[in-house]
Amino acid sequence: MGNYVLANAAKDAGAKIMFGYPITPASEILEKWALFCSKSKGISYLQAEDEMAAGFGMIGACLAGVPAFTATAGPGNVLMQDAFSMAEALRVPTVAMIMQRGGLSTSTVIYSQEEVRLTCFGGNGEGFRIVYSTANLQELYDYTFKAFEIAWQYRFPTFLLADGYQAKMMGKVTMKGTKKVKAEPILKKDVNLRNCFNREEEINEIINNYRKEYQKVRAEIEEDESYQTKGAKIILIAHGIVAAATKSAVDMLRKKKIAVGLFRPITLRPFPAQAAIKALKRAEKIVVLESAEGQLANLLKDEVLLPTPLIEYYKPAMGFTPEEIYNEITKIS
Amino acid sequence: MKSPKFPDCFKIESKPNKFCPGCGHSIALNMLGQVIDEMGMADKTVFMVDIGCSLLAWDFFDLATTQTHHGRTIPTAVGFKMANPEKIVIAYVGDGGAYAIGLQHTITAAMRNNPITTIVINNTLYAMTGGQLAPTTVENEITTTTPTGKKKQQVGRTFHGPEILSWITDKNAYLARGSSNHPLELKKYLKKAIETQLKGNFSLVESLSACPTNWRTNAPETIKRMEELARIFSLGELT
Repeated sequence: MGNYVLANAAKDAGAKIMFGYPITPASEILEKWALFCSKSKGISYLQAEDEMAAGFGMIGACLAGVPAFTATAGPGNVLMQDAFSMAEALRVPTVAMIMQRGGLSTSTVIYSQEEVRLTCFGGNGEGFRIVYSTANLQELYDYTFKAFEIAWQYRFPTFLLADGYQAKMMGKVTMKGTKKVKAEPILKKDVNLRNCFNREEEINEIINNYRKEYQKVRAEIEEDESYQTKGAKIILIAHGIVAAATKSAVDMLRKKKIAVGLFRPITLRPFPAQAAIKALKRAEKIVVLESAEGQLANLLKDEVLLPTPLIEYYKPAMGFTPEEIYNEITKIS
Repeated sequence: MKSPKFPDCFKIESKPNKFCPGCGHSIALNMLGQVIDEMGMADKTVFMVDIGCSLLAWDFFDLATTQTHHGRTIPTAVGFKMANPEKIVIAYVGDGGAYAIGLQHTITAAMRNNPITTIVINNTLYAMTGGQLAPTTVENEITTTTPTGKKKQQVGRTFHGPEILSWITDKNAYLARGSSNHPLELKKYLKKAIETQLKGNFSLVESLSACPTNWRTNAPETIKRMEELARIFSLGELT
């Protein structure tokens, strides 16, 4: 199950403590980690009293220089923004697995892509975060494995954004073996940290510095997948598991000689803008597909001047099949 | 006249401190500083402060210090302690942080017997934001959100933190209430609280604390109010 893959990946990646609060569809991550803790030394967990406690507990452990993580979804993700905004302000390398459930309040426990905006820009900040959107079980493992290293290297809160489908999906995954995160204490003797300021100039300077640093390293962090985009007249844009369905649809459409390709941002923050510009440069039609009402489209429009109006295909809180994508694209080709 | 010596763990560059004249915070912090010096624990101490007036202590000491969010200091302290049990972790919070917005964390950390020390500064109102009603506001007290006086028929009784926690704490935990009117007694409680943490148990010390700015009291009235509070919130050790 995807959630078990995530717990295994965190363990292999060198994570030491998980702080969690049960919420469907992410609960099995905490369950699996608790099982690991009962069998291994040197790792621990806390089932906290709520998501705020889980988030701030994780921050406390990271401040002590110990790689820690959490997992949540939906309303839990909303509550945890309290902690994530502080992690963003103090540059605490937290790692959070977000298994998106239906959006709008409690909603369904099943699936959506409606936590994109929240995960990228939640809190009263500027989104100095790293967000990976995975598309399959192997990527759940690989990007979790990577997330801890990247978080501690760049010191931006890092997120593994998946969904309820991936959480419960079964399949085979290749594990990489274990490694150690290069982590060191952040809060040590004579270090006084704060996120509260008296003057506008003080916080303005900090935000400006964070922005400059984020812009400087973003090219090293950004990841994307361009599939069959060479010579494609229609470019489909999707992320996460919708991109997996879209990829299958591209194969079906290509068999019908329709010149179509997929551009998939893997990092939603920082958004792979240069790669998107390259992939979309010669597109005659650009279609965005997502299980939300334009949250991915807005990320794209914020970063890229589109050569042609966007054709929007939104299904908030519902999944896509390759067949329906095939049918829709056939109509416009 | 010889000026009194600051505790060694004080950060001299941040003095004079940022608290209002007559505020009880600096007395509690002074007592804590003396305990840290006497126990020789400056290198091992991690000090965490909440939102509200307690945040003004973010650079009070030459200690590893972080400010957190409102009510979230206790879980941050719990997380740090889990990651590094060798450290002595202190959560410094107001009555709003401990008994309102962060109450679930206070109760749960006490219930789990997390080996951290919480210091709650109880001045019976929200001081930083302008003197609004707190869970600790006493009957008939005028605050900016109870302009005609607090009435229990409207907003309930007065919250007694250590007494309520005593229902759920481990037998080896430590709970006490001191007062900035009795600094040496408070210091004794703080020392016992740290010793309790060193033995692996939860401790919480509440300190009644004067807030002349928001109480709108002069010096004699402030002292009188503190004496009245000590009758409502009894001083001493609970365990």
